[in-house]
Amino acid sequence: MLLKELTEASGVSGNEKEVRDLIISEIKDYVDSYKIDRLGNIIAYKKGKDIGKKLMITAHMDEVGLMIKDIDKDGFLKFMTVGGIDKRILVSKPVLVGKDKLPGVIGAKPIHLQKPDERTRALNIDELYIDIGARSKEEAERYVSIGDYVIFDSEYVEFGEGLVKAKALDNRVGCSLLIKLIKEIKDLSFYAVFTVMEEVGLVGAGPAAYEVDPDYAIILEGTLCYDMPKLDTHLIPTYLNKGPAISLIDRTTIYNKDFRNKIVEIAKKNNIPYQFRKTSMGGNDSGKIHTTREGSITATISVPCRYIHSPASVMSKKDYDSTFALLKEILYQFEREEI
Amino acid sequence: METKVFLELLSNSKGVSGYEYPLQDTIISAFSKYLDNVSVDKLGNVIGFKKGTYKDNNVKIMIAAHMDEIGLMVKDIEDNGFIRFTNIGGIDPRTILGQEVIVHGVEDLFGVIGSKPPHLQEPSEHNKAIKMEDMIIDTGYPKEKVEELVNIGDPITIRRNVKNLLGNRIAGKALDDRAGVAALYECMKELNKIQHEADIYFVTTVQEEVSMAGALVSSYKINPDIGIAVDVGFGATPELPISTTIELGKGPAITLGGNIHPNLRKKLVDIAKEYNIPSQVEVTPGPTGTDARAMQITRDGIPSLLLSIPLRYMHTSVELLDVEDVRNTGKLLAFFVASISNDNLEGLLCY
Amino acid sequence: MNINFSLLKELVGIYGPASNEKTIREYITKEIKDYVDEIEIDSLGNLIARKKGNGKKIMISAHMDQIGLMVIDIDEKGFLRFTNVGGISPFISISQKVVFENGTVGIIYHEPVDDISKLKLSNMYIDIGAFSKEEAEKKVSIGDICIYKTEFEENENVVFTSYLDDRVGCFIAIEAIKKINNPINDLYFVFSTQEEVGLRGAKTAAYKIDPDIGIALDVTAHGDTPKAKRFAVGLNKGAAIKVKDNSIICHPKIRELLVNIAKENEIPYQMEVLEFGGTDSGAIHVTKEGVPSGVISIPTRYVHSTVEMASKNDIINCLKLLIKFLESEINI
Repeated sequence: MLLKELTEASGVSGNEKEVRDLIISEIKDYVDSYKIDRLGNIIAYKKGKDIGKKLMITAHMDEVGLMIKDIDKDGFLKFMTVGGIDKRILVSKPVLVGKDKLPGVIGAKPIHLQKPDERTRALNIDELYIDIGARSKEEAERYVSIGDYVIFDSEYVEFGEGLVKAKALDNRVGCSLLIKLIKEIKDLSFYAVFTVMEEVGLVGAGPAAYEVDPDYAIILEGTLCYDMPKLDTHLIPTYLNKGPAISLIDRTTIYNKDFRNKIVEIAKKNNIPYQFRKTSMGGNDSGKIHTTREGSITATISVPCRYIHSPASVMSKKDYDSTFALLKEILYQFEREEI
Repeated sequence: METKVFLELLSNSKGVSGYEYPLQDTIISAFSKYLDNVSVDKLGNVIGFKKGTYKDNNVKIMIAAHMDEIGLMVKDIEDNGFIRFTNIGGIDPRTILGQEVIVHGVEDLFGVIGSKPPHLQEPSEHNKAIKMEDMIIDTGYPKEKVEELVNIGDPITIRRNVKNLLGNRIAGKALDDRAGVAALYECMKELNKIQHEADIYFVTTVQEEVSMAGALVSSYKINPDIGIAVDVGFGATPELPISTTIELGKGPAITLGGNIHPNLRKKLVDIAKEYNIPSQVEVTPGPTGTDARAMQITRDGIPSLLLSIPLRYMHTSVELLDVEDVRNTGKLLAFFVASISNDNLEGLLCY
Repeated sequence: MNINFSLLKELVGIYGPASNEKTIREYITKEIKDYVDEIEIDSLGNLIARKKGNGKKIMISAHMDQIGLMVIDIDEKGFLRFTNVGGISPFISISQKVVFENGTVGIIYHEPVDDISKLKLSNMYIDIGAFSKEEAEKKVSIGDICIYKTEFEENENVVFTSYLDDRVGCFIAIEAIKKINNPINDLYFVFSTQEEVGLRGAKTAAYKIDPDIGIALDVTAHGDTPKAKRFAVGLNKGAAIKVKDNSIICHPKIRELLVNIAKENEIPYQMEVLEFGGTDSGAIHVTKEGVPSGVISIPTRYVHSTVEMASKNDIINCLKLLIKFLESEINI
């Protein structure tokens, strides 16, 4: 199952190879051309009806994770975070280290040995380390190198009423949607771009947009979802099971009003549930894309994901399906030149 | 001239971010001996060009080191002639208290950075760092004289000449990144003795410390196939965790991480081993805080590398390094760029 | 030089928050179209007006966007919740009137908080006097942006109003367009968009134009009010010539040229070293192969409040300096 394979693959920002190879194997028979650019972005092109406007649809391949920065004298691995990870979610988690996915754990001092006030303080990254079971530095060095990337050990699980738990829903969900679009849309010309290193500063998006130079771009994302009970509605960025989240504004873009309104119109006309992303926190590849060269008009459409940037992020299959339905309708409108 | 002599000359010269012009002549005249031409672009970057042996559509490699240094700037003149100032680039205010400075006005003025004497401070003040807002530069002149010689906006540098310490070690200001510029010089001297197919652009960039404007526009202009930044890395000292530092005397650090092209990096590491040049590893997850960051995202992307010369006490006026590391960096650069050809480029750049 | 401030009075109140500058763009187009050779609008909505000449290609940028508030939620009782578009201070916003594109007026207030110093925008709301969610939704939609309601005041010394930032820059640019005949340089006047959220419009406009020289017109801060943070710029001391801010170290040759022109023409000026903030030149100077750029700043008190105040003499002197600069032979 595609989303399972994508989320379980390893692709920390700067080390997207496994995901890239997987995506290429999925799309190569459905695109007219593709290339891997100088930063590792996949830039693919599907030829169909030429609507006189260059459309680019993009999803970033990378996930947040860790990177080994030192192997200490006893064989414990010190690490740093890659991308925005709340350090408090790291303790007491299993991980997979390096290309060979060596199992390890991020341990913690037993509660018995802690003073009462210690338990209220968040642990610093410097106090954490990964234990792979090595008995010495030399043994660890046989299996691990400084610079190895580390992913959470978290497999794809379907649970509850149509929910999915996996790591990296941000943004394998976007990649999965884009792959599906590539396979199913036949009559429209567009560029499908899978970018690198979005999580560490939207690095891949600028050069990809420079190369493609689109007029319009649709950015597919997994976005934050925090729908706790009894919260004021304006403090809830998105809800699960209320459909794709359409971005209004974030740290890197104020989304074009006309394009956004058109998308809402399409959702309403086709009875597809939708919601607005009600926070201006965060950013995504749109930030770089819409200001590259002479600029372009962008929209970001996201699947809401609870517990984003943690080993156990959660999304709803219903949201995934309605997001895909909305995207297809948007592309039909492009094809009919009604945008 | 000897690379160490060039480095001392550079360190003792002035060139605060945005005001690198005083360095241009020194760099141009040193570079011109080894390069086919040297020019200056619209923002003041010095761009030197050395043609390779290949005929046309040649591989282009850009090597960049920033020539700007952090410094200070006059922001106001008090009624008694004291100068109020702000920082250009990242300056820890604790490192400038009690320093001697040069205010680069109509002429260079000697000054001292002072503040309230400890005798007059409350006991609670003693443990607090003094803010730049509360410091002044005393040039010894009254307001009228200061206003004749100094304008708001004039740059200020710390008055420091290079100190020769034990062995190959020297300390001085602006070794970040004049050491990189010296490494470029060492590289071009080395390249004069060996064949290289690729065209090489040696760029001493401006304003890296504030905005990377120099690297952005020069890499746009040159549009190289490979971009290599040469900067400084955190040299090990007792209070720093080992995992965040690199050691003096053990050669340049070759950075590993998202800003760096993985295959190119492997080639660089292989070259270091092949030619017995000492090197170390430095790990950075995302964009590095160097010209390599600017180069990587220019136009449709430039595969980038970063070499870091180990440097202690970064962003103080007593930055300390081992000159042997500068020489080894230059040599490694030379052997690496000489190993790149039109034939092997594609293979090296693939993912 | 005598200038009529009634145009400035019009400009400051016209709706145009960042990303939604259509109304102000249309107004400015009408004002300038008889005085320029070409007009273009790009993907980000920048208004680019060219006065043809043979010399250097100069891009003059004044941003037409304003800070404002975007509605992100309408609650059950009809209160509007919002996020900021550009730099909005919670404290300045309390009890201010706001107005939406369709004319709907509201006021900003806040939930009761224990410690007012910790007030955040998420504790605040806009009250448009609707008595239900349905009623509110008839007037306002999620995604709509409102601006502070503007009241322009003036006396013989100063003007004060919301949105001198940067409608005063636009005002100076429009006056320059009207007063310059037969330009010796090739002048591209850009009324840029989305400066307040990150110099976004200027970036794409500069890429398109690829100028030889860039000059921005924007407001700068002040240091001349009681216990103000130390800053050498104050009202009525002349056009401020920027040395640096957080987005640019102005090209020394451009800066020196501006200083020399001011001296030669007896235009009062002051030097500006700003320790925060940015202007369109921050985006222009790193375009393509690099663009030597500078900034002429209008000293302004209380920036990003509803009572931004500037000296009329300073505004006139900035205009004089700009015109003389654009009419010089510039050799960089």
